[in-house]
Amino acid sequence: MSSRAEILELLRENARYTTEDMARQTDLTESEVETAIEELEADGVIRGYTAVVDWGETDKERVRALVELNVTLDRETSYADIAARLAKFPEVESLRLVSGDYDFDMEVEGDSMREVSRFISDKVAPVPEITQTVTHYVMESYKESGIEFGDGHDDDRLSVSP
Amino acid sequence: MQLSDRVDQVPPSGIRRFFELAEEMDDIISLGVGEPDFSAPWSARDAAIASLERGETSYTANRGKKELREAIADDQRRRYGLDYDPDEEILVTAGASEAIDLAFRALVDPGDTVAVAQPSYVSYVPGVIFAGGDPLSVPTRAEDEFKLTREVLESSGAADADALVYCYPNNPTGATMTGEELEAVADFCREHDIIVLADEIYSELTYEHDHTSIATLPGMRERTVVFNGFSKAYAMTGLRLGYAMGPPEAIKGMNRVHQYTMLSAPTTAQHAALDALENCDDDVDEMTAQYNRRRNFVLSRFEEMGLSCFDAAGAFYAFPECPWDDADAFAEELLHEEKVAVVPGEAFGEGGEDHLRVSYATGLGELKEAMARIESFLD
Ligand SMILES: Cc1ncc(COP(=O)(O)O)c(C=O)c1O
Repeated sequence: MSSRAEILELLRENARYTTEDMARQTDLTESEVETAIEELEADGVIRGYTAVVDWGETDKERVRALVELNVTLDRETSYADIAARLAKFPEVESLRLVSGDYDFDMEVEGDSMREVSRFISDKVAPVPEITQTVTHYVMESYKESGIEFGDGHDDDRLSVSP
Repeated sequence: MQLSDRVDQVPPSGIRRFFELAEEMDDIISLGVGEPDFSAPWSARDAAIASLERGETSYTANRGKKELREAIADDQRRRYGLDYDPDEEILVTAGASEAIDLAFRALVDPGDTVAVAQPSYVSYVPGVIFAGGDPLSVPTRAEDEFKLTREVLESSGAADADALVYCYPNNPTGATMTGEELEAVADFCREHDIIVLADEIYSELTYEHDHTSIATLPGMRERTVVFNGFSKAYAMTGLRLGYAMGPPEAIKGMNRVHQYTMLSAPTTAQHAALDALENCDDDVDEMTAQYNRRRNFVLSRFEEMGLSCFDAAGAFYAFPECPWDDADAFAEELLHEEKVAVVPGEAFGEGGEDHLRVSYATGLGELKEAMARIESFLD
């Protein structure tokens, strides 16, 4: 595996590993790790680092909705044009062009259902190319970014074994 | 009630004492565990559940389900170039543990000598004694990185042994042997007409070179029984499933004992194992990648703290030299002072003195904390 691929894998596992600990886990030196990260960032492979949050464990109300968008294109407007326009809204957490019954899969976050609904009706639906929106409010989250939200599984192994 | 002499002469394992010490304490970080920290791959667990839902709770054929034996044969051919007939040369058992015991009982006569490469997994010596044989310790040496060499075989008198049992990748040292290094062992065993019992349970967990099975070396297949299983690579210890591969007459003899003592290996586990072979290559790769990172981490930390340790290239153990003269006292102090459990090497037999078995089958966060505690203990 290339050092970039290896570092990417480690950061995807835990973006808070120190460069020192990444060096210890690989055959790379600390400065090689730093270089690999700098390159990954400069090349736009790594676009950012964020925490995986289970909002259900906070006292903050967080409302999320998955929105299916259908659009019609014309000669002057491409998917990328529409996406660029939508992606600018801070309410939009993720936006993907998908295959199947609808065109865009959009994730929206807000402090209340009212806020999210108003955002969709006032800002999204009126975009001329958008022909239809279907909004699904998230009721419960079980797994995000590869991390399960259950209580996990205790280590029930014997403390010392052959 | 009076125990039989055979059982009475086998002392409880040295691991047991550390287990009891560790059990008395709260919040320890244990690097003393000889099994994976992962659960079995979900696909394999799901297959086991589905088999229960279908009501498949009967015995299987004594030798194990035919599909499973076929899948094992295919898997071992693909991975190691081993070529065993699923009908005559493979026996599915309740863990490699059962397979090892069956081999001793089927192949060792009272008075036979079985050479045991040490330090090693704790059940070989008792297994030989229970079968009425005489174990002969073959201590491997730190300067050979605990590999088995012709020299130690000769100097320990193994030339007169009837059988040799060993395990590479090794528990407790993490040592591995290349095909070339195994050739010296194979030559010795052919010259002296010694049966080889090769415990290859850690065969998938190698980090520097691929595993070679001694049974693939010239003239060895007919004198070798290979043990393997699902406990380590597939993290299935509690499902209790392993197997033996060997010439038809050996497997037939082992199956004779197995059919009277075990009847058949656990059926639910056989379903999980079949799925593991069919669908879980990626899970094994992922777990192996994790172990390798932890191995690098632990070896780097040992180097930083000046703890001398060879580059153990297999299983999930590192085997550093103990900085104190008394490794037992060191391990006990470390447990009491820093709440980190490791196992003194001598619990695994001759050759293991002055060393510590450090298992890295533990998440990186805990390993990191454990290493920091060991470092502060050394200061
Ligand atoms: C070298 C060795 N052989 C065999 C076993 C037993 O494996 P199983 O769970 O298949 O009985 C172990 C388990 O720790 C082991 O380390």
